Amino acid sequence: MLRGVLGKTFRLVGYTIQYGCIAHCAFEYVGGVLMCSGPSMEPTIQNSDIVFAENLSRHFYGIQRGDIVVAKSPSDPKSSICKRVIGLEGDKILTSSPAGFFKNHSYVPKGHVWLEGDNLQNSADSRYYGPVPYGLITGRIFLKIWPLNDFGFLRDSPNGHRFSDELGK
Amino acid sequence: MSRPLLYPLAEGTTRAQSLAVRERCGDAGRVWTSWAGMAQSQGWVRRYFKAFCKGFFVAVPVAVTFLDQVACVARVEGTSMQPSLNPGGSQSSDVVLLNHWKVRNFEVQRGDIVSLVSPKNPEQKIIKRVIALEGDIVKTIGHKNRYVRVPRGHIWVEGDHHGHSFDSNSFGPVSLGLLHAHATHILWPPERWQKLESVLPPERLLVQSEEDCLQGSP
Repeated sequence: MLRGVLGKTFRLVGYTIQYGCIAHCAFEYVGGVLMCSGPSMEPTIQNSDIVFAENLSRHFYGIQRGDIVVAKSPSDPKSSICKRVIGLEGDKILTSSPAGFFKNHSYVPKGHVWLEGDNLQNSADSRYYGPVPYGLITGRIFLKIWPLNDFGFLRDSPNGHRFSDELGK
Repeated sequence: MSRPLLYPLAEGTTRAQSLAVRERCGDAGRVWTSWAGMAQSQGWVRRYFKAFCKGFFVAVPVAVTFLDQVACVARVEGTSMQPSLNPGGSQSSDVVLLNHWKVRNFEVQRGDIVSLVSPKNPEQKIIKRVIALEGDIVKTIGHKNRYVRVPRGHIWVEGDHHGHSFDSNSFGPVSLGLLHAHATHILWPPERWQKLESVLPPERLLVQSEEDCLQGSP
């Protein structure tokens, strides 16, 4: 009888490891469901919205300007941040206030991206901690699942003036 | 006739049984027996295919998860960590054991040899030694600032071969989120089998560490 119980336990452990590994590979290489908290991406993503993020783009280096990405926080690797990509490496970024008299520009260094939240007044992002290394990006958000009245693909940035191709004009 | 005309045959039906069915069912039975014969000879193909699928969907995720989360092996290229790694230069590259499990909570000590995603090129991994943790003040070699305080959530890494190393002296403190693994042993070549020690090079002692600051030492 002990052998029966032991056999069942081993089988259970085996299945747990097997399905755990499949789940890990799915989350790591395909995508997963996330809940966003905080006001820094309003109105595009509100507090407690549930979104679907895919992790394929970052493995194939296909993140574009204007994408909303999930990344590890530069000052706390155990927590994640959710911001929009404003500039890729080599882009010219306006770092000072657009209403100021002297405009300060800088270039995004190689291997880094410039992230900003859509809610510019209430977002700690690259304007505060500088450009973020590409290696910290973990996924790209492309679909909002909850609340249902806002289901669908995500809107473009309400801050189009922040993008570098606007600065050149 | 109440009996059904066609008898579907199970796999592994013997020839005697198939003959018996043929007798009972006449022409229809003949069609079925030839089918059963073919199915039996092809039964091993279906079984092999099922076993292959089961093995594939079990083995590949388990192997990938193990290599990503537990440990993997990598060859070291370059001379930035001489003499600890690759002392022979381009003749022989060391192969090291990379331990992901130890850094799953981003816990590293000063002196550890770690691999991380390069901040300048996300497709590349670099292997360097941790010199300073968050809050420490480092005296830099060749950086634009003479003294740098390592910010929260960052570490300062340097190669042992100063001057020939692309490290924090070039790109500044790196975020802990870029940490990939802790290199614990050299596995190849066999004459260089050893455990890699976590020692700070004596010439790279810190100006001031976080613990000193907290204890209020002068």
